[in-house]
Formats: sequence, C-alpha cells, structure tokens
Amino acid sequence: MAKEIIALILAGGEGSRLGVLSKLLAKPAVLYGGKYRIIDFTLSNCINSGIDTVGVLTQYRPLQLNHHIGIGKPWDLDRMNGGVTILSPFTKQHKGEWYSGSADAVYQNIHYVEEQGAENVIILSGDHVYKMNYSLMLDFHKKNNADATISVINVKPEEASRYGIMSTTDDGKIYEFEEKPANPKSTLASMGVYLFKWPVLKELLVSDHQNEQSEHDFGKNIIPMLVQEKRSIWAYPFSGYWRDVGTIQSYWESNMDLVTRVPQFNLFDPFWKIYTPNPVKPAHYISDTGHVTRSIIAEGCMIYGHVRNSVIFPGVVIEKSALIEDSIIMSNSVVKSCSHIRRTIVGEKTTIGSNVATGVGEFAESRYNSKVYQTEITVIGSCSYIPDNTVIGCNVAIDNHVTADDFTSSEIPSGSFIMKGDEYGA
Amino acid sequence: MHNTMGIILTGGKNNRLKELSLERSISAVPFGGKYRAIDFALSNMVNSGIRNIGIPTQYNFRSLMDHLGSGKEWDLDRKNDGLFIFPPYLSEYSSGWYRGTADAMYSNITFLKRSNEEFVVINQGYAVYNMIYNDMLEQHVDKDADITIACRYMHDFSQEELTHLGIIERDSEQRIIDFQEKPLNPKGNFASMGIYILKRKLLISLLEESAAHGYFEFVKDILIKKLNELRLYAYEFKGYWRPLTTIQLYYRANMELLNPEVRYELFVKNGKIFTKVKDEPPAKYNEEAVVKNSIIADGCIIEGHVENSIIFRGVKIKKGAAVKNSIIMQGSIVGENASLDNCILDKNVIISLGKQLNGDPNWPLIVGKGVTV
Repeated sequence: MAKEIIALILAGGEGSRLGVLSKLLAKPAVLYGGKYRIIDFTLSNCINSGIDTVGVLTQYRPLQLNHHIGIGKPWDLDRMNGGVTILSPFTKQHKGEWYSGSADAVYQNIHYVEEQGAENVIILSGDHVYKMNYSLMLDFHKKNNADATISVINVKPEEASRYGIMSTTDDGKIYEFEEKPANPKSTLASMGVYLFKWPVLKELLVSDHQNEQSEHDFGKNIIPMLVQEKRSIWAYPFSGYWRDVGTIQSYWESNMDLVTRVPQFNLFDPFWKIYTPNPVKPAHYISDTGHVTRSIIAEGCMIYGHVRNSVIFPGVVIEKSALIEDSIIMSNSVVKSCSHIRRTIVGEKTTIGSNVATGVGEFAESRYNSKVYQTEITVIGSCSYIPDNTVIGCNVAIDNHVTADDFTSSEIPSGSFIMKGDEYGA
Repeated sequence: MHNTMGIILTGGKNNRLKELSLERSISAVPFGGKYRAIDFALSNMVNSGIRNIGIPTQYNFRSLMDHLGSGKEWDLDRKNDGLFIFPPYLSEYSSGWYRGTADAMYSNITFLKRSNEEFVVINQGYAVYNMIYNDMLEQHVDKDADITIACRYMHDFSQEELTHLGIIERDSEQRIIDFQEKPLNPKGNFASMGIYILKRKLLISLLEESAAHGYFEFVKDILIKKLNELRLYAYEFKGYWRPLTTIQLYYRANMELLNPEVRYELFVKNGKIFTKVKDEPPAKYNEEAVVKNSIIADGCIIEGHVENSIIFRGVKIKKGAAVKNSIIMQGSIVGENASLDNCILDKNVIISLGKQLNGDPNWPLIVGKGVTV
C-alpha cells in the first residue's frame, strides 16, 4: 500500500566532537536527558506525527544503536505494514561500499523507499534534540505543492555562519542557500529536516551519484542543486527548542537545560511523549543522608549523597558524603563515598572510587585534542574505574574501559588525558 | 519450567483494603511507586520460565485488564501460549459469576484441557514477593507429591493477621498433616502462601469432582477435604512475602521498601519485576526540594519536603508542602503548604493548598481515587 510519507533517519554519524562519549557508539546512540538516547527524540517525533514507516541509516559503530532500536517496540514501530527498518551498508554483486555521504546513503537505499511506495520522504538527522510535529510540515509542503520543504530555525546572527543559511521571499519560498557562509545573508538556519517529493529526490540522488566531484551530502550538494535548478523549495519555520548536541559543551548545556524550574524543553508533555526502551528498574530511592536539588533522577538510582544541578541516569548509586555538582552521571555508574564530582560527564557502568575529586582547579588547554576538549568539562568514558583518592582537574579526558593500572599518578591535572587506543587496548 | 503452566487467582471482593479496592481487584492495587500487586506473581512466573498463564478475574477487573493488556511488558504477547485473561461469562454450561476459586478455574477448564504442560503453578495476584518456582517444583517431583504448597514461618505477622491465613502442620518429611483455614486460634505461625504446584491432569480431575458435588473453593473444598487422601507437601520459602490484603499490611509492605534489604530481595535477587511502562521522564527536583528516606518514581516534580514516603509516577509535590510517612499514588498533586502525615492518597487526588491531613501509623488516612481535598 502506498504511503503518503515515510521517514529516513541519518544515524551513521560518528559525532567526533563528543570525544570518548561517542568513541564506542554512534552519536545518535549517546545517552541524553536522564534516560534517553539522542535518536529517541527523532523516533518519537515520527510516531507522534503519525509516520509509521522509518528507515534508520547506520554506519559508524551501529551495535548499540541496533540493540536500542530492535524491532521498534518502544515506539510502537513494530508493524506488519511499515515499522522501523535498519538500513546498514551492504555488498552488491560486484563490490560493496560504505555510505560516502548522507545523500549517498539514501541513494543506496532507493529500493527501500520504492518498496514502501512513498509519495514523500522526510530526511531526518538522528542526532538532534527537539520535539517537532512533521505532519504540520507535510501540510505546509502539500499546500505549497513544493518539490522540497526545509525546516528552518532562527539563529543568532553571530552563530549563523555555523549553519546552512536560507534566503527566502516573504511567503517563505527559498531562492538562495549557503552552507556555512562566512557572511550570512539571513538568520534562517537549516535544521537538517528535509521533506521531498520522492520522484524529485530520486532524480536528484541519481544525478548527484553520477557527479564525481560531489561529496554526496544533503547540505553541500543536494540542497544547492535544488536551488540551482530553481525548483519549488520552501522554508518551514520552526520555533521550538532544537539543539545539535554535537560538542561536549553543547551536550552538557542541553542536559543542564532540563534541570531548570521550567525547562524550555518540556519532557513532561503527556501528548508528546518521548519513548525509549524500559530499563526495568524500581523507582529510585533517596536515603536519610541524601539531598537532591535542581536535578533530574531516573529509576533504580540510590542516592545517599548530595546531588545538585545534575542529571542522573537509571541505576546510578551515589554513596554517602559524595557530592555531585553540575554533572551528568550515566546509567549504572557508582560514585563512592566522599567523592566530589564537579562539572564532569561520567559514562555508563563506570565506578568512581572514594574520595575522588574531579573538576579541580583552573581550565587548561587539552593536551589530547583541543578541538574536542575545549571547555572546563571533564569527561570520563564508560566501563572505567577511577581509583580511590584520585584528583582530576578540569577539561580532562579519560577513556572508556580504563582500569586502575592505567593510572600512573593519583593526580591528573587540568588539560591532561588517559587514552587507551580501541576498546581491546590495541 | 517449560512443562509448567500458571494460573493467577486475583481474589474476590475484599473489604479489608477499604477504599483502595472499591474500584479495583485487590490484585490491581498499586504498590511501591510504580507497580500493581499482580506484577510480582506474574513476573515470578515469567522469571521461572512459565510462558502459558491464565488469569481468571471477576471483581472490578477493568483496571487489571488495562494494566495487563496483551502481556507485552512480561514478554507474554506470544503466538503460542502467552497471557490469557478470563472474566466470567454466561453460557449454557457456565453460571456466570465465579462462586469461588475452584469454580473460577473450573469455569475455564477448557484452558487447562487444551494446554499440554505437565504441571500447573497456582498463585495469588495480591501478594508481593520474589520467588522462582523451580526449587519448589523440584521438591514436588522428589517427594512424589500430589500437591505441594509453598509455606512460610509468619514470624513477622501479628496474631490477628495469622487468623486470616491458612495454618499448616507438617511432619519431618514435609508432608502436611493438618491445614486450618483462617483459624480463630492459630497453632503456630507456619502458614500457606497460597502457592500450589500439582499436575495439570490432577487439577482437572479435582476441579471436575468438586464441581460435580457443588463445591467451589479450592482450599476449603479440595485441599482440606483431600488432606488424607492425597499426598500434600509443604515447601518452605524463607524470603520476604506480604499479602496486600489489609490496609495495615498494605501500608507496612510499602514502608518496608525503604529498607534496602527488602528492596534488594523484592526487585533484584531472583529476577526483575516487570510492570506496565508509562514512558514518563525522570523525576525532577527543584531548588526547594528536601527528600529523605523516600522512594520517588519517574515523572514526579518535587518542590516540597518528602520524608519516609512512597511517591508514585507523575506526582507533584508543590512548594512548602510536607509529606511524611505517606503513600501518594500516580498523578496526585499535593498543593503548596499542604501537609500530610500517615496518609494514603489513591490515584489522581488533589490536596489543595494549605490543607492538613493526619492519619495514624496503625490506621492511615485514605483518600479515595480522584478526590479533591
């Protein structure tokens, strides 16, 4: 049966600026907001918008993502007709190839879209945090009889050069598009949400595939091609909360947005729930010695220490006299007694020994990678162990799967790092 | 235990749970911040490997049906076997309402006859405990028993509470020599937990026999009458077990969750307890929150004081409110500067600002579902 609209979620991104957080998993699978993974927002938007056919294009470290999505049960995407399909790169008769860009990923899955009989295809990014009703965008798209509709958000003029910027007529028709312009002509930025008439997109993908100069990217190639060919392209204005949590700082800030009294981004909306697999844990426990303010705490946690201004994921244990401040502690990690965790992101299943301090002292430039680790925030990977009495500075990067043997000193000053190669120590 | 099927009895009308069971089966009573009583019996069966489970129910079962759905959360939405819910029905051969536990099973005897497992575990939907039935089945087979009954020393129950249980006497071989249902003067505190294992074919013949004689109760009309004729054995369970059959037991069992050992035993030790998912965000604590020794579920927004309490999903405790020694069920709102001590608020209760409600530790104050105070 033909579908009016299906979604394709680009979820192959490495998210290299998230450092150790995305070293072992794709960026859409990074944990966010006390119980979610980033892709949950896009998947939930789809089902809440009435889109029941979703292809997820994976490439970079897909294991966690595949496991998370499964057959789509938490999102009610386990369907007889449609549902969620993981589209990973595959080999063909003569050769196999990786997806060489976002447009190439869709090009290589043309057969999937054709099989669904889709009239329109919405291309989404699996690494953005937002709530959006795509069905309103579809109405707008149909009303304008558009070849393509691009969702845009107003950004600050000083930030505009980081985005793809549109110039539109008063009624919203796009006549110019510039990817990351040095001198932006407007503040309407593309959110990476593209709605196409499928025959138009197919034609563009085929011609882009034949162009050897192309990087096969939606922002760099497909959208400019639309403008160049003077197609009917429209800007659909979006004004809600939208974040590309692509850097450690923006990731941390966006999580911290959730602990404010009335968060700009409301997860409590009963009519726009965000779905994720259920961790199957009892409600959390705060002990006599615990104290929690300005924080969000998920199921299964046991809090014996103090927590303020922090985001705590399911199954975390904070022992007595420990203090967690301005931090994010991911699922099933343990912070032992008397430790002071400050401005730190701690990955899953990590144990912080007792009397450890993090976020100590002043900022220093990262000696590991100053492009990735560029703010005060210290990042500790998953499945790691921090020995008792360790003092860790600001802007420190500690890898996943770190053991006590990896620590040569009990002082890890600001800007330094402990890195291990890949997860098997190679 | 793939050759074992399960039946969960959900209980009839119960007055001792007061307002909490006015509008729901006692097996559907909310417990521990996010569960309903039946989650424990059901999860125990699933964790024991039982995949074919029937639930006869009749007293106000709407909330139970809504909770169980297709059994998805327990992995019981299956092509073969899975979860079967049996409300009473009228037909030429059925009387309509179930007249007792045996009658409830007899009315659905087709379910037993069409199944092909060798054994049946029967348990009660209103008790909270975490138990794997494998050891009990093993003992059942070893002893060549006809029926094995799980029992427990009820040293943590009052004398009055014992009068509501079935007191068991056994010999050194674990064979049951006396069974007194709800005795006025209990001899000892070794009592039945209402969990039975027997062969499916034996159950069918016992049910047919009692129905033919016009008997309806499994305990009174089958177990006790057949005590000398059949080989009845006791299996001793040493863990935590609470039937949520009175307000006092209900209140006590909830409060006992504040003890980490009880939590570990109920939720971790023998397997996870599954329940219907609500997809609420994590609980949010604002600046003024002060929470001590309490259980808080997802979807709550806490701005007041909470102490020694169990707070269910989606509850809002407003600024200046003080909640002590209380159980606040899903969706309730405690308004600004309100104060509650020893209270049980059913679902969707609204306590308006400044109101004060105090119960007694032995007789907590209950506010019924949806009431605005």
